[in-house]
Amino acid sequence: MTAVDFNTILPEFLLAAFALGALMFGAYFGKDKTAATLVWATSGLFIALALFIGFGTEGERMAFGGLFTDDPFARFAKVIILVSAACVMVMAQDYMQRRDLLRFEFPILVTLAVIGMMVMVSAGDLMTLYMGLELQSLSLYVVAAMRRDSTKSSEAGLKYFVLGALSSGLFLYGASLAYGFAGTTQFAGILSTLGGDTPVGLTIGLVFMLAALAFKVSAAPFHMWTPDVYEGSPTPITAFFATAPKVAAMALIARLVHDAFGGIPGEWTQVLAALAVVSMFLGAIAAIGQRDIKRLMAYSSIAHMGYALVGLASGTAEGVQAMLIYMAIYVTMNVGTFAFILSMERDGRPITDIQSLNMFSKKEPLKALALLVLMFSLAGVPPMLGFFGKFYVLKAAVDAGMVWLAIAGAVASVIGAFYYLRIVFFIYFGKDGEPADSNMAPVQWLMMVGVAVIMVLGIVNLFGIEPVAALAAEALVR
Amino acid sequence: MATIILLAPLIGALICGFGWRIIGERAGQIIATALVFLAAFLSWVIFLTFDGEMYRVVLLRWIESGSLGSEWAIRIDRLTAIMLVVVNSVSALVHLYSFGYMAHDDNWTEREHYRARFFAYLSFFTFAMLMLVTSDNLVQMFFGWEGVGVASYLLIGFYYKKPSANAAAIKAFVVNRVGDFGFALGIMALFFLTDSIRFDEVFAAAPALAETSIRFLWTDWNAANLIGVLLFIGAMGKSAQLGLHTWLPDAMEGPTPVSALIHAATMVTAGVFLVCRMSPVYEYAPSAMVMITVLGAATAFVAATIGLVQNDIKRVIAYSTMSQLGYMFVAAGVGVYSVAMFHLFTHAFFKAMLFLGAGSVIHATHHEQDMRNYGGLRKKIPYTFWAMMIGTLAITGVGIPLTHIGFAGFLSKDAVIESAFVGNQGAFWLLVVAAGMTSFYSWRLMFLTFYGSNRAGTVGHGHGHGHDDHHHEPHESPKVMLIPLGVLALGAMFSGMIWYSVFFGDEDKVRNWFGMDAAHHQAEEHAAAPVEGATAPAPSEGAVVSTEAAPVAGAATAVADVPAVATEEVATAEAAHTASVAPKGAIFIGPDNTVLHDAHYVPKWVKVSPFIAMVLGFALSWLFYIKNPSLPGRLAANQRPLYLFLLNKWYFDELYDWVFVRPAKWLGGFLWKRGDGAVIDGSINGVAMGLIPLLTRLAGRAQSGYVFHYAFAMVIGVVALITWLTLSGAQ
Repeated sequence: MTAVDFNTILPEFLLAAFALGALMFGAYFGKDKTAATLVWATSGLFIALALFIGFGTEGERMAFGGLFTDDPFARFAKVIILVSAACVMVMAQDYMQRRDLLRFEFPILVTLAVIGMMVMVSAGDLMTLYMGLELQSLSLYVVAAMRRDSTKSSEAGLKYFVLGALSSGLFLYGASLAYGFAGTTQFAGILSTLGGDTPVGLTIGLVFMLAALAFKVSAAPFHMWTPDVYEGSPTPITAFFATAPKVAAMALIARLVHDAFGGIPGEWTQVLAALAVVSMFLGAIAAIGQRDIKRLMAYSSIAHMGYALVGLASGTAEGVQAMLIYMAIYVTMNVGTFAFILSMERDGRPITDIQSLNMFSKKEPLKALALLVLMFSLAGVPPMLGFFGKFYVLKAAVDAGMVWLAIAGAVASVIGAFYYLRIVFFIYFGKDGEPADSNMAPVQWLMMVGVAVIMVLGIVNLFGIEPVAALAAEALVR
Repeated sequence: MATIILLAPLIGALICGFGWRIIGERAGQIIATALVFLAAFLSWVIFLTFDGEMYRVVLLRWIESGSLGSEWAIRIDRLTAIMLVVVNSVSALVHLYSFGYMAHDDNWTEREHYRARFFAYLSFFTFAMLMLVTSDNLVQMFFGWEGVGVASYLLIGFYYKKPSANAAAIKAFVVNRVGDFGFALGIMALFFLTDSIRFDEVFAAAPALAETSIRFLWTDWNAANLIGVLLFIGAMGKSAQLGLHTWLPDAMEGPTPVSALIHAATMVTAGVFLVCRMSPVYEYAPSAMVMITVLGAATAFVAATIGLVQNDIKRVIAYSTMSQLGYMFVAAGVGVYSVAMFHLFTHAFFKAMLFLGAGSVIHATHHEQDMRNYGGLRKKIPYTFWAMMIGTLAITGVGIPLTHIGFAGFLSKDAVIESAFVGNQGAFWLLVVAAGMTSFYSWRLMFLTFYGSNRAGTVGHGHGHGHDDHHHEPHESPKVMLIPLGVLALGAMFSGMIWYSVFFGDEDKVRNWFGMDAAHHQAEEHAAAPVEGATAPAPSEGAVVSTEAAPVAGAATAVADVPAVATEEVATAEAAHTASVAPKGAIFIGPDNTVLHDAHYVPKWVKVSPFIAMVLGFALSWLFYIKNPSLPGRLAANQRPLYLFLLNKWYFDELYDWVFVRPAKWLGGFLWKRGDGAVIDGSINGVAMGLIPLLTRLAGRAQSGYVFHYAFAMVIGVVALITWLTLSGAQ
């Protein structure tokens, strides 16, 4: 291991060391009493690393002979992952403490999952990719079942695990096919073998791998676990599922198709487009029937992944840029929305029923207004930021000549607007009833209102995210 | 100074319209009026001191989009200066007059505040009209054009409690939309072809337009002609030319000061102004010019015939307005824009005065408008009578034949008719006949209103409120209403004589006044072009001599021929010239356009003819309404179909109702019930309430909760993807 290698993986190394150290610390010093401290420490470390990655490094580096890449694209994804994970953790701390769910393993498992995600987005080789993917997945299986005494939580964890194992199997099968036909597992190597006739085995391998990754981003028809797991897991875990892992998996798809299969865009753009269309429509249509806001958010995330895939399906640098912007906006919106969902309760017990939002505006006008902004943004109503996310991906599709895809996206967004607006309807015009309490810790309040403000103010210049995302996309698509 | 003129009415409108609750209604009225008077005073300063050189005052940058660029700018040239004076003077006087006229109004209760709103609208109108006339580009002009349309709508519908006023306001607005559509198309065509909407650049490109053809609708058109026609359609709407005129008589539902300001003196002349402003384009659009002439003459004639039999005092004047607008368009159509402006200028004075006089009569008789209920008012309201008399003398064109002494209308109308004789014989005859009819209905109005015995209450009341309610004697109007009448009377008497030479009388003065190049100067530039100035040394003698000789001889055919011959020569000269600078001056008279010059050499019988027509009209009117008052009734009974035809305004409204309104209503109903209700709502509702919920249920059922179902779905997904990819995508 040379100094360059070490410098390149320094953030991941620091996190791993921290995770092991924290485990020792927690195990020997008071177990769960240390959990709150560990949550804040972990979040602080995430933010510090995000700053370090965001501002501290430049250019492109390879480590371990091409196994590990550090480029603007990876850094962009890592910053989003770290910041969103930190936000979700501090949001969750209050909730879990009050429900007696806060185990000291929680921040450690999240840290390990984050390490996995960071490895995923930096992968330069199918082996690295798989290693990151599994590290992330195994951590997530465990956190999904955190509430050991709840059958629902256990069921969620188990379902996620079984289906995740299936998807891992699909991935490994695809990777072995790719290795068999390309003779290498390195992305650069696979890329160099393309040209002329693409062996059909390579195509099939690619499809298997994409299917496995589609499972991770919960794109239809590999989405089935999502509603059950979202509903069954404790809400903070759901919030975590909905944010950082989605970014990582989406970035991983981008990395795989462009770095390893950039030479045959015709093969994978149609796969991604098909996944995108099915996801957008299924997310929009199935969400209408939901009564539980967590299930609703699950379908919402399926639809949103569809839009992000529209960006990727266009197969251009512009599309990757659009996807990155979309994911950044999506994660921000979800942090704000889950900050609110975490606070919903009645008689001290958490509730997630949509009907409980009836006439919420009378009780908490400010929060109701913030929720309105968030729902509008999720639905993609201008001038909220969510609209611009959709605008970028649809524009990328149109520019790439996939007008039909953009039209499908627009139609699906109309259908999807229904269930977001229905929540707004309940809040402002619903039946009189006893609305849910909203018991918020200051940090949750800050997240929710802050995100709502961001959604409105972002119209100015999207907080300068556009050129950064463009730079990241440039690094990936050459 | 120009900026103050432009913005003063706007400030007045804002203060009066929004501020009256704070400063009081009366103060708002006074401020608005004072600001318009200030604008009027400054306009006269500009008008009298202006030296003919165009200058611009740029206020703001407005549009920057690709090659489309424009500013908010004030363009001051002779046309603008004339319009400034007309608009601001009449507006100021109407503001003043409205103090009296609007003081009490039966349409409002004591506690309702309508006066400040009225004054704010008036001031807003003034601002929009100034925007129109001072604009430096077509889009700004369009802004003003629509602004006056809005103000007109608001003021026609000022008595919004009356359904008829609302209907009239909507009618005016809708009919104007038809014209505005043409105008907008014209602007777009100009921008499409010249890549600019600034007047200077458009004018510079005008010669090239004449040689361009453009595809529009079903065929190719000459660009200049097409643009000319489209712009004229806009002018037709605003200026109530035949076809798009139906709104103007109905617009009389508005308060009378509004009729005087908007529907007589200013807004309706915007079309004439537009044609004159665009003269550099029209000079290259001979077909469009013919259309303008023909439509103008037809309007003048038709409106005059309808005016003969109307009984509502304001409607008579409205048709008279329409008829006079026709005169202006004939003048513009034959190429003597200065004469069109001349008639516009004098007409503004005497027509505003006639309206204000009519308003005074209406005020005196407690809002009675039917002339059959007047009679013998001469003694009771003497000042109004004399003002109306002066107005009638002016509009009928009383003066001393073959001299330049007479009322304003005498000079300007005769100038129009003489020019028409040179330009278009048919139009000439129509105008002469119309002049006779003008005289007839104007005197009829005077005789019915002021002579004879008072017939109040003798004719069945069409109006809602009978005279029985108030047995007041007619009373003279207050001073605030009489002073404007007096001022306008001065204009009606002298404006023609004072400015005769610069508008029409002396061609060199006209050219100098409008800031154009002198005629001989042009001759040097266009060596091959025929020359207008009589003294100019021109190389191409043949063309010039025949041009000179023909009118003197009175040979109409020669007049028609010579420009045709000359046109070919000019075309080559122009092609070589291809000047890319805008022609100098507020209006442009093409090198082969000699109407202005020739109009001075028409035979004497032509010059006398309008006077004879006027005397005939007067005599007939006297015979009908003084000598033998039973005659009109008998004639109407004898010629009942003709009488009804005229009384019903040539059945234009019925025709439009049948051709446009009913089919449109039917189509609207069809699209609403069948198209929107059944097809669109049906399919949307079907999808939203039938299909989507079904899919939602299906998706819900698929979400069974069993892991093996989920795994099955994943495997099926992979299989489907691979199958599809192997069948379609893989090379």
